[in-house]
Amino acid sequence: MAPMQAAIRCRDLAKTYDGKVEAVRGIDLEIGVGECFGLLGPNGAGKTTTVEMLVGLLVPTRGEIAILGKRWGEDDDAVRQRLGISLQETKLADKLTVEETVILFRSFYDRRRSVQEILELTGLTEKRSSWVSKLSGGQRQRLALACALVGDPELVFLDEPTTGLDPQSRRHLWDVIRDFRREGKTVLLTTHYMEEAERLCDRVAIVDHGKIIALGSPRELIQRLGGDHVVELEVNDPVRIAIEDLEKLPSVSRSYREGDVLGLAVKEVHLAIPALMAYLSERGSELEHLSTRHASLEDVFVSLTGRHLRDG
Amino acid sequence: MRLDPFYRLLISRIRESLREPEVLFWVFVFPMLLAVGLGIAFRNKPQEQVSIAIAEGPRAREVATVLEADPQLIVRISNEEDARSELRLGKVALVVVPREPYEYRFDPTRPEAEVARVHVEGVLQKAAGRKDAFDAVEIEVSGPGARYIDFLIPGLLGMNLMSGGMWGVGIAVVDMRTRKLLKRLIASPMRKSEFIAALMMSRVVFMLGELVALLVFGFLFFDITVRGSITATVLVGLLGALTFGGIGILVASRAQRMETVSGLMNVVMLPMFLLSGIFFSTDRFPEMMQPAIQTLPLTMLNDALRAIIIEGHTLVSQAWEILGLSLWGGSSFLLSIKWFRWT
Repeated sequence: MAPMQAAIRCRDLAKTYDGKVEAVRGIDLEIGVGECFGLLGPNGAGKTTTVEMLVGLLVPTRGEIAILGKRWGEDDDAVRQRLGISLQETKLADKLTVEETVILFRSFYDRRRSVQEILELTGLTEKRSSWVSKLSGGQRQRLALACALVGDPELVFLDEPTTGLDPQSRRHLWDVIRDFRREGKTVLLTTHYMEEAERLCDRVAIVDHGKIIALGSPRELIQRLGGDHVVELEVNDPVRIAIEDLEKLPSVSRSYREGDVLGLAVKEVHLAIPALMAYLSERGSELEHLSTRHASLEDVFVSLTGRHLRDG
Repeated sequence: MRLDPFYRLLISRIRESLREPEVLFWVFVFPMLLAVGLGIAFRNKPQEQVSIAIAEGPRAREVATVLEADPQLIVRISNEEDARSELRLGKVALVVVPREPYEYRFDPTRPEAEVARVHVEGVLQKAAGRKDAFDAVEIEVSGPGARYIDFLIPGLLGMNLMSGGMWGVGIAVVDMRTRKLLKRLIASPMRKSEFIAALMMSRVVFMLGELVALLVFGFLFFDITVRGSITATVLVGLLGALTFGGIGILVASRAQRMETVSGLMNVVMLPMFLLSGIFFSTDRFPEMMQPAIQTLPLTMLNDALRAIIIEGHTLVSQAWEILGLSLWGGSSFLLSIKWFRWT
């Protein structure tokens, strides 16, 4: 089988600010054409620094980057013509209208989608004559996306495209990204919402402290936990319970402790729960809380780092 | 450089400025208010009359009658004691004591006292029979072209080109940098040359507006006409706009915050506000400061504008100023290309 053509490839990518702050500490990525890839991690994990190096805005301290087969400095203009970019925290000009902003960005590209089409795609047709200063957070993010897509790019970088949005606006943005993907385009997005990564991405790299700590499809990563279900329990004497013992219970593949909460990765809940109850009563522990749910990428992150994504 | 991005960037820049009401005020209305205010304050008034006192005495009445015939003098007769205190208090500029020899009491450090002395002396000597040694014709020249407002309008134009260039370019650049919009633009296939050219061109467009507004205003309200060629005036204005636009980009090339760039702008502009002859001639400053003053870009711009607008000189006669401005603008431009930060 011929190797998949890589839209993005980087090797040992690292960035150290001012000679001391190691924001990114050696990242390897190979993202194929047509893939939707997510960099998932807490704030400060190095996602934005990684993206800004990949799009050629920051010079890496070390490592190599190839975007659409080209290194930065080889033929930047031609590469930029094929990229769409939405950066974190960009505030577009307040006193221009939505349509004027799109037309401005459109003028930079050789291949262009029609303004009408792009406004429809991002659901901004009704807002076309509004000043940017009058837009809601969700509308601003969609406008940023419109500016990223108006040059009909092959590859888009979206840095935290849904941060700070309400759930409805977030879903709307997901739909726009999915529509774009249907055209066979490549997407790299960063997020600290695990649900977003699970819903949108073919593959995910979990990033923490400037390194990739897990890489695979959301499904694979969750399966690596050892079960689709998570059982969480609180007892009156958590310190006295050895989590290694819990792992010996039937159908339990992993266990972890997170503060006072004990967590189990479980394949079959109906086998694990009775055994857990028996174990606790045998020890004389009193159960204070018990819940079960489907495992998510959040659980993957917790099992790898002992922290929640939101905690940072 | 491609035309469409340049045009779109230019239009966006102009739209943004026009949608900012304060910009319109500072650029167009403020210089006119300044011109009206200063034009009224320093209008050329007919010489004011001066009060003098004549000390009481046998000839006081006769002398008073002679002096009252001079329209410049307001004459009163007081006893000698009172007249002295009136002089001390500044109520009168001069006291005449009509005895042999005549006494003129006055404070020579007060200009109106000197005027009064010259007038009184002339009138009294003539009345006593002195003949003029030769005839002289008086021609008054305080018409358009020689008034303070004629001096002021080109200065205001220069000031406007400076502050418009500095604020218009510098603030816009730093604003876009703090919004991370510069970073977003440079991440797109926009070329740097397109951005810089559009920024400069927007200054040129506003320069034309400012120039026309001030000159038309000056013509309508103060009857000021451009004595040199309009083309030369526009070309000097263009050079001024580009020079200060270049200095504006340089000052804004690295600043990350509005406060930083405002401070830098003020540091750069304040010496020129004071020294470059906006409101009064640079000749008022001491000789030793002149070399520095004459090399300031605003001094060169003001000198060239005045030479063309008031004195009707040609563009070629201003070659020195034009060269100086080009050097200022060009070197600022080159330095800012080296230093400019897009992020």
